[in-house]
Amino acid sequence: MSLPADLRYTSDHEWIATDEVSTVGITAHAADALGDVVFLSLPAVGSTIVGGRPCGEIESTKSVSDLIAPADGEVVEINEAAVAAPEVVNRDPFGQGWLFRMRITGVGDLLDATAYAALIEGA
Amino acid sequence: MASRKTPLHAVHGGLGARFTDFAGWSMPLRYTSELAEHHAVRKAAGVFDLSHMGEIEVSGPEAGRALDHALANEPSKFGVGRARYSMLVHESGGVLDDLVVYRLAETEYLIVANAGGVQVVGSVLRDRVDGYAATVRDASGDWALIAVQGPASAAIVGDAADTDLTFLKYYGITPARLADQDVLLARTGYTGEDGFEIYCRPAAAPGIWQAVSAVGAPYGLLPCGLACRDTLRLEAGMPLYGQEITVRTTPFDAGLGRVVVFGKRGGFVGEDALAARRDAAPTRVLVGLTTAGRRAPRPGYAVLDPGGESVGEVTSGALSPTLGHPIAMAYVAADCQEPGTKVLVDIRGSRVDATVVQVPFYHR
Repeated sequence: MSLPADLRYTSDHEWIATDEVSTVGITAHAADALGDVVFLSLPAVGSTIVGGRPCGEIESTKSVSDLIAPADGEVVEINEAAVAAPEVVNRDPFGQGWLFRMRITGVGDLLDATAYAALIEGA
Repeated sequence: MASRKTPLHAVHGGLGARFTDFAGWSMPLRYTSELAEHHAVRKAAGVFDLSHMGEIEVSGPEAGRALDHALANEPSKFGVGRARYSMLVHESGGVLDDLVVYRLAETEYLIVANAGGVQVVGSVLRDRVDGYAATVRDASGDWALIAVQGPASAAIVGDAADTDLTFLKYYGITPARLADQDVLLARTGYTGEDGFEIYCRPAAAPGIWQAVSAVGAPYGLLPCGLACRDTLRLEAGMPLYGQEITVRTTPFDAGLGRVVVFGKRGGFVGEDALAARRDAAPTRVLVGLTTAGRRAPRPGYAVLDPGGESVGEVTSGALSPTLGHPIAMAYVAADCQEPGTKVLVDIRGSRVDATVVQVPFYHR
C-alpha cells in the first residue's frame, strides 16, 4: 500500500496532516492489523491531549487499542461520521476515515513517509 | 520455534490471508474483512481450514469400553456413523479438553481435539486405555480438515460431492468422494449454522478447497478465518477451551453437565469428583450477558452487582456482528444466574449496564 507523502507519521501508527488545524488518523497498516473497526472512543472537543499519551480507544472485533495522541494540543473537531460508522476507518484510513482535528501546541519527532515505511517493513 | 503450516498455507497466501499464530500453527485470521466473513456464514456459506485440529484414532475390540472409561460420556453407545460432543476430564473433575468423538466403525473411533490439546489428549488416553484391547494413535499428521458452514453448505458440499446429503443428519459422518478424493464427511461444526466438516488426506486438501470454493462462489461462499470463527461460535453460545472451559472448571460449571454419563459399567476417570460437583449447590455459573452501547466486554473484565461488588468475570465477548450489540459469556455467582438479572461490567474503568440472558444469543 502507498503512504501519502504529504503526511507525517508516528511510531504508534497514526498519521497527522500538520496545518493551522491538523488532522489525525490511523494508518492503513494499523487499520489492517486491527481488523474491522467497530467502535471509536475519541477525545472530547475542547480537551487537551498530550503527545505520546492515550487519548481514546479503537476497538475491533478482536481487540482494543489505545489511540495515542501524536502531538500536544487542543482537540477542535472529531469525525462524527466515523464514530457513527467506524468501518470507514478500514475503507479509507487516510481520507474519510480521519479521526479528529487538533490545534498543535507542541510536537515531538514525527516520521516522514519514507521513515514510516521503513518502520512498518522492519516490523 | 517456527509455527507449523497446514497443507493449505500456500492457498491462503494466494488469497491474501492475514495469518495469526494459534496454538503453534500459522492460521488464517481473516482474508479480507472478518465481518464480511461472519455474515457470509450466517447468510450463505464460508469455508475454513481447520487442519490445526488434532485427530486421534482409537481402535480395537474394546475401543468403546476403553473410551467409556476414559471420557465423560459413553462412546460404546454411539451408533456407527454418529458423533457426540465429549470431554476428557481430570480426576479432579476439571476439563483437560473438549472433543468431538466420531464412531467410524464398530471398533474404530476418530477423536477430534483442540490444536493445543492434542498432545495431552493423546498421552492421557494412552494411559487410560492401558489394559483394554484398544490402541491410541495420534493421527493428526494424516488428516487435513476443511469446514463448510452456513445455510448454503448442504447445496455446495452436495454439488461438490455429487451426492444428495439429506441422508447425512446433524452429527453424522460418512465416507464420501469429493474432488476425486476419498474423504470422511461429517455434518458438524462450530458456528451455529448447518455445516459440514471434510476430513481428508493432507495432499488432497488444496484440490478439495478449490472444488468447494468454485462450487460455492455463486452461492456467496467466502474463505473464512479464525477471527469470524470466534464471533460465530460466541453468538451460538458454544464454549471455547481455554476461555469458558479449562482444567479449573468442571462440565457442570460450564452448564455442560448433560455431557456427563454416570452409572457406566466400570465407572470413568473423574466420576467421583463430578458426582460431588453435580450434587453440590453451584457457586458460580456460566451465563450470557448483553450490554448497553457498543463497547464489548472482553475476557478477564470484572462483572459487578449493582452495588459495585464483584460477582464474576467475563470469559469471552464481542460486538455481535449479527445482533449489532455486545454479547459476552461470563462466570457469575449463582445468585446472579437468572435471565433478566441486572449487573455491571467494568469495561476498562467504566461501568456498563449488563443483563444476564439465555444462551445461545443467536438461533438459526
